[in-house]
Amino acid sequence: MQTGHEMHVTTSPTNAGRALMRSLLWLPVLGLALLLGILVTRSVAYPVLSMVIFLPVAGALCLLLLKREQEKLIKICALVLSSAVLLLSLPLYTGFDKGTPSMQFVEKHAWVPAFNIHYAVGIDGISVLFVLLSALLTILCVAVSWHAINEKVKEFYASLLLLEGSMIGVFASNDLFLFYVFWEAMLIPMFIIIGVWGGPNRVYAAIKFFLFTLIGSLLMLIGIIVLFFYTSHSFDMLQMMTASYPYRLQVILFWAFFSAFAVKVPMFPVHTWLPDAHTEAPTAGSVILAGVLIKMGAYGFLRINMPFFPEATRTMAPAMMVLSVIAIIYGAVICLGQTDFKRLIAYSSVSHMGFVTLGIFALNVQGLQGGILQMINHGIVTGALFLCVGMVYERTHSRVITDYGGAATPFPVYAGLFMIFTLASVGLPGTNGFVGEFLILVGGFTASKTLGALAATGIIIGAAYMLRLYQNVFFVKINPGLRGMPDVNEREILTLIPLVILVFWIGFYPNALLGFTDVSVQHLMERVSSITPQLSQHAGEIVR
Amino acid sequence: MNIPLPNLAPIVPELIMSLVASGLLLVELFTRRKQIIGYLTLVTAGLTLYVLPMSQGETFGGMFISDNFSAYFKLIFLINVILIVLISLKYMAKSEADYGEYYSLVLFSTVGMMLMASAKNLIVLYLGLELMALSTYVLAGIKKRDVRSNEAALKYFLLGAFSSALLLFGMSLLYGLTTSTDIYQISSFLKTKAVTPALLVSMIFVIAAFAFKIAAAPFHMWAPDVYEGAPTSVTAFLSVGPKAAGFAVIGRVFYIAFGSVQTDWTAMFIGLSILTMAVGNILAIVQVNIKRMLAYSSIAHAGYALLGIIAGTGEGLSAMMVYLLIYAFMNIGAFAIVILFDNREEIGQYAGLSKSHPIAAAMMLVFMFSLTGIPPTAGFIGKFNLFAAAVHAGYTWLVVVAVIFSVISAFYYLRVIMNMYMKPATHEASVTSSPGLWVALFVAVVAVLIIGILPSIVLTGSSLSWL
Repeated sequence: MQTGHEMHVTTSPTNAGRALMRSLLWLPVLGLALLLGILVTRSVAYPVLSMVIFLPVAGALCLLLLKREQEKLIKICALVLSSAVLLLSLPLYTGFDKGTPSMQFVEKHAWVPAFNIHYAVGIDGISVLFVLLSALLTILCVAVSWHAINEKVKEFYASLLLLEGSMIGVFASNDLFLFYVFWEAMLIPMFIIIGVWGGPNRVYAAIKFFLFTLIGSLLMLIGIIVLFFYTSHSFDMLQMMTASYPYRLQVILFWAFFSAFAVKVPMFPVHTWLPDAHTEAPTAGSVILAGVLIKMGAYGFLRINMPFFPEATRTMAPAMMVLSVIAIIYGAVICLGQTDFKRLIAYSSVSHMGFVTLGIFALNVQGLQGGILQMINHGIVTGALFLCVGMVYERTHSRVITDYGGAATPFPVYAGLFMIFTLASVGLPGTNGFVGEFLILVGGFTASKTLGALAATGIIIGAAYMLRLYQNVFFVKINPGLRGMPDVNEREILTLIPLVILVFWIGFYPNALLGFTDVSVQHLMERVSSITPQLSQHAGEIVR
Repeated sequence: MNIPLPNLAPIVPELIMSLVASGLLLVELFTRRKQIIGYLTLVTAGLTLYVLPMSQGETFGGMFISDNFSAYFKLIFLINVILIVLISLKYMAKSEADYGEYYSLVLFSTVGMMLMASAKNLIVLYLGLELMALSTYVLAGIKKRDVRSNEAALKYFLLGAFSSALLLFGMSLLYGLTTSTDIYQISSFLKTKAVTPALLVSMIFVIAAFAFKIAAAPFHMWAPDVYEGAPTSVTAFLSVGPKAAGFAVIGRVFYIAFGSVQTDWTAMFIGLSILTMAVGNILAIVQVNIKRMLAYSSIAHAGYALLGIIAGTGEGLSAMMVYLLIYAFMNIGAFAIVILFDNREEIGQYAGLSKSHPIAAAMMLVFMFSLTGIPPTAGFIGKFNLFAAAVHAGYTWLVVVAVIFSVISAFYYLRVIMNMYMKPATHEASVTSSPGLWVALFVAVVAVLIIGILPSIVLTGSSLSWL
């Protein structure tokens, strides 16, 4: 018996090596597919944004028509659909004009004439990356759920696709009513995903998530209605971005919208839903939550609070920064004491999103650029970490850190991949996390030295808890239960590889993404404050 | 003495309904299959719906008026009848209450509602209200051998009679003050007079009586018991029809007759609305019986709809009407699901139904999210429209209150979904399905989703003047 185990342990690394080689061989194929996708989608004209919003929705409805027993077919359809969405969204990358802050890929149709509501979509430098991120992460979620979801498979993939459509809808909306519809519609599939396929305490987590989000959203709805009457009966966001509202109204509306976005981010006092939701959700749910959903809060600040209410934003910014710093330190300290794998990463999100809001409310170009970049980074890295946790959870069915130990022996390839994401999360130079956090700290120090210094301690604690986690899981004395378990397979490696590439690509060449956001961010800054051209030039140098 | 025949054209829908309702009592003598009577009722309702647009005008010396306002409410009543008959066909047979009178009582009570919506005179209003009320008392107790049904009927009757007395008292005071029972004449009279305590007292009595009909707190006490005890199809009927009729008369009486003293009644309605939302939503949380839960939820929805009345504008009125139309679909839909699983009254017994009955569970999911007011369902459109009207009228703080109660409401609606989707089955799954029930469910779910996605169907703009 003993020897059998030994045999297994010795053979499994070679198996893993083979899986790694095979998955690397797949990469050129995927690369070619991507290239082909770029070529094809560039040559064909179609309404890009509507397509990427409604293809997943339509696909979800079609999935529901399939027979329950055809699980394989359902999975393949979901994979094909989500990949198609990514391919169809490629023109947003290739055809994006980086030189203008105005909306691109605009579509506008009357929807409810009685209230002057339009179906208006369009993206600018701030939103384009999130659309692409949502499309990418959904594919990975489909892939990682392949064997993890065995029950109600059809409903799961339909929910996931509905979620994708409404997420992209939120980022693409140019009409406040439409924005709200997508914003709320997203709640339904997410609630179902957490509550049906989640962990033991899933129902509590799902309801907490729903109620927290709903109260914020409904206050935002009132804000939207008030804004409608003050913007000469219009929901046009572009019009609101240039309108000027009375200061008192701005402050009230700032808080109305803040209530929705702060819950989503989540900012310090209203973050308590997040650890529960992230921990209990199935892997795909955690990835989407951490990767995209919580970005919507920060995106809302950028898209709505700052340009709509610039004076109020300036007044409130110090308070927001203080809340952010509290979130950074508080989230990080709590991480130190976590015994649950997923809960630790969930609390690290609180800390990392604190960096994002700190950057945003530093109200300077570096901070904003860093904030947006860090949102993407956090989506990639935390998404990847949740994917990794999901992979071992499938094998061990335990989320307790002490149930692991010495995992590098049975899972060498996995340990290597996990190391990359750990270091990216810590913010090691060369990984994407470094660029984002550096820019945010530059912005933060410019705004306030004290807060900047305090925020920097968050990075130190961050390194402490992530490295401690890595040590406890992979290096200490091996837990006998782990012996003989198979390392990550081809499918799992292929799920993580795109994120590894992104980690290093952004780490070494951040301009790939910063180039997209640059002009839009400067435009936003001009709206929020009267920043001098010289300063913005300076900021541009630092960015480069 | 030569009495000229009044112009009957405006009253054709009511005439058709009354004649058929009387005729159905005779038909019952000749057929054993009660379902035929049900189908005849459906045809009648369809026919009435068809002639509804052609029946505009005033008649009976200005006591009866058929205008856009009444037509919209009659549309709600007829949709109510059609859906109720569809869900009753099999259910009444199964509950051994398969009496032919059931359908004619449904029709008679609907005629009463239609008279209420069309009343231009307080006397007609009262006649309609009593016709509706008496028929519904019997409907609530139609399960003769069921003690709970008997109890429901008795409670409903006693409290209903009490509210009728209040209404009569308020109306007599009003007549004493204005020497008229015509709503428009009262209006023009009150415009010239200062507000007197007697007028306020009469207004309070009228509000109390109408609040009984729409089950607004603190006059809601009858609703949970009656809703729980009455057969489920009757509960669905009661939760939509009489409520909408109550709102119709509130609209007509308060916007027209008391139009000049708006500030006085607005204050009363604000109190009523807040209390109704609070009582309905908070008490719904602790309910274990789904019918009682839906009863409290329907109380809460009356509180939301009152926001439209409070707004005091054409926008508010139209928002209230749109809300009631949407509410009819989602609420009857929810009750139809309760009928489908008619052996389960406790919410806990809905556990695991998504596995055994995925389609019905998905429909219930849509209805529950719609009742919560989450897009892209009709319930959201209704609430949005109401909130917008109230904000426009300057009642933003009241909307904040409504929103907080909406969040509370999410909790108990989600509990149903949670049971169906997130808990393992505990009970043997058995359903009472019938084609009629499925048609009703399908119509309701499609209406809820279509209105949610294409709201222009119901949101026609505030330019239309209703009264």
